[in-house]
Amino acid sequence: MVQDYSISKKLTWMNVAVSGAALLLACGAFIAYDVISMRRGMVENISMQAQIAGYNSVTALLFDDSASANNTLSGLSPATNLISAGIYTLDGQLFAAFRRDPRIPAPALPAIPSGQMEAHRFDRNGLVLARRIVLEGKPVGLIYINSDLSPLKGRVKRYALIAGAVLAVSLLAAFLISPVFRRSISHPIGELAQVARVVSRDKNYSVRAAPIRNRDELAQLIDTFNGMLSQIQERDTALRQAHDQLEARVTERTRELAATNKELETFAYSVSHDLRAPLRAIDGFSLALIEDFSDRLDAAGRENLERVRRAAQRMSGLIDDMLNLSRVTRSPIHHEPLDLSRMARSVVEELRQAEPARSVEFVIEDGLTATGDSPLLRAALENLLRNSWKYTSGHTSAKIEFGRIQSNGKSPFFVRDDGAGFDPRYAGRLFGAFQRLHTDAEFPGTGVGLATVQRIIHRHGGEVWAEGAVEKGATFYFTL
Amino acid sequence: MGIMENRVILLVEDNPDDEALTLRALKKNNIGNRVVVARDGAEALDFLLGRETNGGGDPNIAPQVILLDLKLPKVDGLEVLRQLRANERTKYLPVVILTSSNEEQDLLKGYGLGANSYVRKPVDFNQFSEAVRQLGLYWLVLNEQVPARR
Repeated sequence: MVQDYSISKKLTWMNVAVSGAALLLACGAFIAYDVISMRRGMVENISMQAQIAGYNSVTALLFDDSASANNTLSGLSPATNLISAGIYTLDGQLFAAFRRDPRIPAPALPAIPSGQMEAHRFDRNGLVLARRIVLEGKPVGLIYINSDLSPLKGRVKRYALIAGAVLAVSLLAAFLISPVFRRSISHPIGELAQVARVVSRDKNYSVRAAPIRNRDELAQLIDTFNGMLSQIQERDTALRQAHDQLEARVTERTRELAATNKELETFAYSVSHDLRAPLRAIDGFSLALIEDFSDRLDAAGRENLERVRRAAQRMSGLIDDMLNLSRVTRSPIHHEPLDLSRMARSVVEELRQAEPARSVEFVIEDGLTATGDSPLLRAALENLLRNSWKYTSGHTSAKIEFGRIQSNGKSPFFVRDDGAGFDPRYAGRLFGAFQRLHTDAEFPGTGVGLATVQRIIHRHGGEVWAEGAVEKGATFYFTL
Repeated sequence: MGIMENRVILLVEDNPDDEALTLRALKKNNIGNRVVVARDGAEALDFLLGRETNGGGDPNIAPQVILLDLKLPKVDGLEVLRQLRANERTKYLPVVILTSSNEEQDLLKGYGLGANSYVRKPVDFNQFSEAVRQLGLYWLVLNEQVPARR
């Protein structure tokens, strides 16, 4: 297919086609013009001969001397292209005739329009010209000359030969100059295509198309292409560097994080072992004092020792809460689909069993599902529900809800109660570890529950926040 | 030697306070068995396996139960447990890990090495005493031990 040819082949063929067409058109026009003018010349020449022969035959016609007329016609014979000639009388009788080849019959004559002296016709027998023979304005007869077109044909043949030769030479020339195209056009384009192929295949932006000497559009194209490659190479390098830096930073951070986690782990382990032992001694030996020296202790002394024991046990609770909080941060997360509604119901069941006397209405929305870590999310849910349970304990009856709402694009879960609530001015301290908005006497606790909830929700990539007012209840929202 | 005297309790405990409290809790619960105290892991191994450096322990003394703390000087509790379980003579000895921590890693390693029980020492002495009472009842009275082979 032509459209699949290489550019140099296309250019060569285009060159050949254009120059061939131009030459053909030029030769054709020239030949046509020459043929027309030659025919006109032939007609004039034959007409002249017919006029002369006619004039010389007038006397012969008047005296009915056909021999003399034949003689006159024979005088035309040196013209080699004469086929036949003849003279007719007015009534159409052949008066005299000349035939170079007697086998060829006299041609049919063209009709001469009235008022005109002659008429001619070109056909396959050549040129036939008929002319009136006139004496003093009166017609006396008719002469015709039939001449062949061999000079015309010969000339056309020569022209065609010349044109063919010129065409052949020009085609040859077109093929000969095709390497020039190749060098100056198709070769650079081919190279450009090759470079583009390498770039797209190997993502190698360091290659460049070879520049060419001339300053044409192709050179501009190559320059622009190379410029583009330079820009891409720069960006690629920058991108790679940024990527490497990022990777190195991530690796470093990961190492730091791992080290921090390891440290935390060691710390928690040591706290777990070492901090509790002295507390056991404090509690144990206080009790030993109470038991072994009861006779020497009065009520105040016993009470003081009981305070010591309560403090020790309370500290033990704090340590346990702290360890649990750090465990929430340290333990790995396994994501799985969870039925939060069911989880909430099982927590509620535990709360009711622990304090069956409480009158609390629970409203738990059905079909609340999420993806997350089962033990961690249960711990979060338990902390929130237990909180509500605790902070509604001052009311004779209470209502605790667990559900999900839609609010500006987010759809957080919520745990709502109508209990003691909190002063919204201190809402920021709600989620801090060991931070409390109530005294231990009002509501017992260590202030770790909500901190634990926040860590669990954050580890799930979610958010947690609270709304509330004193004695108007509290609502805790969280997303996952 | 009488049967009752063979029923030795080995307490592996480095903290003298905890040692005193444990002994007090045993006494409080009327557990009269002889208690041998090892104050670090090496001492415990010496007693149980008979180290050559110490001239060897008494192979006849197979404790009825070993109360093993985890955080110990020289050789820690988990290593003591590993060596006991690796030795033909001591591999069936009942070992109760009695320690402060309830870290998951300790529980996993303890049971992984073949501990028979894992008990976390409560801070409240009354609870601790109750735990010791139940341990004594179970390991000294209810539980049947593999007979010691000579």
